[in-house]
Amino acid sequence: MAEDVVHMADVTKRFGRAPPALEAVSGTIGGGEITGLVGPDGAGKTTLIRLVTGLMRPDGGALTVLGFDTGREAPRIQAAIGYMPQRFGLYEDLSVQENLDLYADLRGLPMPERAGTFDELLGFTDLKRFTGRLAGQLSGGMKQKLGLACALLRKPRLLLLDEPGVGVDPISRRDLWAMVQNLTREGVGVVWSTAYLDEAEACDRVLLLERGRLMFTGPPAELTGRAAGRVFKLTGLAGRRRPLLARALQQAGVVDGVIQGEAIRLMLAPGAEPSALARGVASAGAIAPAEPRFEDAYVDMLGGGPGGRSKLAEAATARMADPAHPVIEARGLTKRFGDFTAADGITFTIPRGEIFGLLGPNGAGKSTTFKMLCGLLKPTAGEGRVAGFDLRRDTAAARGRLGYMAQKFSLYGDLSVAQNLAFFAGVYGLTGARKAGRIGLMTEIFDLGARRGQSARDLPLGLKQRLALACAVMHEPEALFLDEPTSGVDPITRREFWTHINGLVEKGVTVLVTTHFMDEAEYCDRISLIYRGRSIALGSPDELKASAANADTPTPTMEDAFVALVRRSDAAEAA
Amino acid sequence: MWTRLKALIVKELLAVLRDPRSRLILIGPPLVQLLVFSYAATLEVKNVDLLVLNRDAGPWGQELVQRLASTPTVGRLIRAAGPGELREGIDRQRAIAAVHIGQTFSRDIAAAHPADLQIILDGRRSNASQIVAGYLNQIVAGLAADIAAGRPTQGGAVAVAARNWFNPNLEFQWFMVPNLVAAIALLIGLVVTALSIARERELGTFDQLMVSPLRTHEILIGKTIPPMLIGTFHITVYILAAVFVFGVPLRGSLVLLYGSAVFYLLAVVGIGLFISALAATQQQAILGAFLFLVPAMLLSGFATPIENMPAWLQPVTAVSPLRYFLVIVKGVFLKDLPAAEVVRNTVPLMAIALVALSAAGWLFRRRLE
Repeated sequence: MAEDVVHMADVTKRFGRAPPALEAVSGTIGGGEITGLVGPDGAGKTTLIRLVTGLMRPDGGALTVLGFDTGREAPRIQAAIGYMPQRFGLYEDLSVQENLDLYADLRGLPMPERAGTFDELLGFTDLKRFTGRLAGQLSGGMKQKLGLACALLRKPRLLLLDEPGVGVDPISRRDLWAMVQNLTREGVGVVWSTAYLDEAEACDRVLLLERGRLMFTGPPAELTGRAAGRVFKLTGLAGRRRPLLARALQQAGVVDGVIQGEAIRLMLAPGAEPSALARGVASAGAIAPAEPRFEDAYVDMLGGGPGGRSKLAEAATARMADPAHPVIEARGLTKRFGDFTAADGITFTIPRGEIFGLLGPNGAGKSTTFKMLCGLLKPTAGEGRVAGFDLRRDTAAARGRLGYMAQKFSLYGDLSVAQNLAFFAGVYGLTGARKAGRIGLMTEIFDLGARRGQSARDLPLGLKQRLALACAVMHEPEALFLDEPTSGVDPITRREFWTHINGLVEKGVTVLVTTHFMDEAEYCDRISLIYRGRSIALGSPDELKASAANADTPTPTMEDAFVALVRRSDAAEAA
Repeated sequence: MWTRLKALIVKELLAVLRDPRSRLILIGPPLVQLLVFSYAATLEVKNVDLLVLNRDAGPWGQELVQRLASTPTVGRLIRAAGPGELREGIDRQRAIAAVHIGQTFSRDIAAAHPADLQIILDGRRSNASQIVAGYLNQIVAGLAADIAAGRPTQGGAVAVAARNWFNPNLEFQWFMVPNLVAAIALLIGLVVTALSIARERELGTFDQLMVSPLRTHEILIGKTIPPMLIGTFHITVYILAAVFVFGVPLRGSLVLLYGSAVFYLLAVVGIGLFISALAATQQQAILGAFLFLVPAMLLSGFATPIENMPAWLQPVTAVSPLRYFLVIVKGVFLKDLPAAEVVRNTVPLMAIALVALSAAGWLFRRRLE
């Protein structure tokens, strides 16, 4: 292993009067390996990267990069590193080649070297065919590759990648990973920041950040080791698995549990007896040990999951299942923007009390489909119905029956928690005692009482998530539309969120969720895999995984299934 | 519907009032405008420095110099020793105007010949020097009248006594402050409205509104009323300031003023909403607002009379709501404008409001496709 390239000693950074963005972070980043900078949004990942680049100075502590002090010798550091910011840092109105030329100028790459370097990088990133295309018209994955190429124009000794995996399809993500791994063989130190724990697991070492504090540093396996022998999978379950999970989480000795397709994954407290637990949860079914993952250990370190009870669901009135009438229907939904087809003949039906997932990378068409169904976009062809209504044409009353939670929790940041709740209650026509009652209930269930007067903008991410859900379900909708509901939040908040959703679904609420998060797909009853505007596969998570199984990967993950299905679709198209 | 609308209006007002930056927009520019326009940007010429070269030895030359010196608008009277000094004084901008009294001035008057007087003005400051020329003409005319009066045999001299109606002392602020009542409502109304939808679009809360049971027209009404309330507040503050701080007489009916103000604000907010519906980001919205604001101000007769504009440009002024409301505000304040005139100027405001709001509604719906 090469020597360390970054040394941090008690690095602290504050912005204004807010709690510190980074507090006394100490550690090292090694050369020749991939260091994962892991944590939910707002943990301090980007701040740390910007400190390392010398773009900002720490308020306290010492930070040296490649032997240079970031405060005094920032220009020397910047000449020797490559940095890819979160939003690519590309000029969208320039072509691929023009972007490369521009960055070559900025980085002072000598003219004679250019042809060779461009050729190598374009080959490396597989962008040779697209040199004339505008950067703004590339897919998310290609943009990331071009961003990487620009950062590599002068071979850096340290490469800083800020969330390169966001919005990228799994295939491109694997390509990117392979490229970066190649670089580490040449001794380059790579920092890969991410909120995805599966990416963290693949890194050589991780720095786990939470709210500006370093929670763990070392090889991911070292953290994962603490969950060894305590992770089990309950399979062959009879009946609905969501109430079973809720029951399992109420058992003493169960630290954490999630739904994984048809199975339930449980983490037990040290010394708990698995078979006794299994009997307590379900009469039928088998329990078998499973491979622990980074996420299990992380949750364990945070003190376990939030439990299985959803006060929200307990307070909800049950709706009768009525299989004859689907709650959400998409019939040949098609949307064209000019000559670009964003969604092409998407068809599915969702019966009451089901969670349906639209899975796919950014730009594949899942958001377009989603927006057509909830009435935000007018389909070019086809039809979408919710609870029997066409939301484009029917009355506002029909819209009162659905709840909507957008990406990044679109709350009104300037309004206080109480004012946000009052606004959404009013907009959904709640008045008088019912309004007061529902607001009181939401405040109590989501434990927002102490923050009633605080501006929504200043809430920590987890509480924003809770408030957004409270606003979306205030009026007891029968269908819930969730657009990337848990991207960037920590695993505890995500579990808490899904506990509520699972509970509501058991009460007969129907859920449509978009995600590019493979783990989240496991919570769904059925999934439609959206790729290049078309639904290339539809089925339960287990069915999709089974269809991708082969001799090499007998038990594929959701991501493996995704990659296999996309490859199959590409091959069918080429044929 | 009222529940939803009320929730939206309350939210809009809270969103503006709870954000420190928005609060600053509501308080800062109006205050600055009031101070700048009322005190600094005056169109009056006061404290004029004058150069005088008196080469006349007789009494009339001396009399004219005395009269110039005692004029309240003249600050310093610099006596020049020769023509060279006169030239240099204007050149170096020591004075805006110079008066050259020739050697034969008194003699010509005594001989009842036409007496010549040379006035040199600094053409670089054309506006101010024109006004100074006016002052000087008045003084000289006064002198001429007295000379004529002193010779009753000649007779026929006419004494002109100018009276400025509606603003007898030509107080500049009587003209400016009522103008500001209209201008500030335009500025703030336009900016606040233009930002409202664009901000929601940028933050992603707009989709949240669209999937709620709010209907399109309810959203438009909910976005129209809060800026109108804010505009009414500003108008009221400025009217109070005009009457109690600047002592501008309020001769006409407040009911007429507020009645027409409703349509004025409706027109302004309609244009703001149109810009907001067009813009994808807050930055575009602000740029759009100023793209409309600056020509609307210049073409309104706010600073320069519309009658002075070229004929082809004058019809363009018809689209500026400020133009009509300026007539109303100044009229109501200074001369008790009759109701019929107020209505005549309110009708175009209604038309602008109708067109702008319909266009905003149409664009708003279209952008959803």
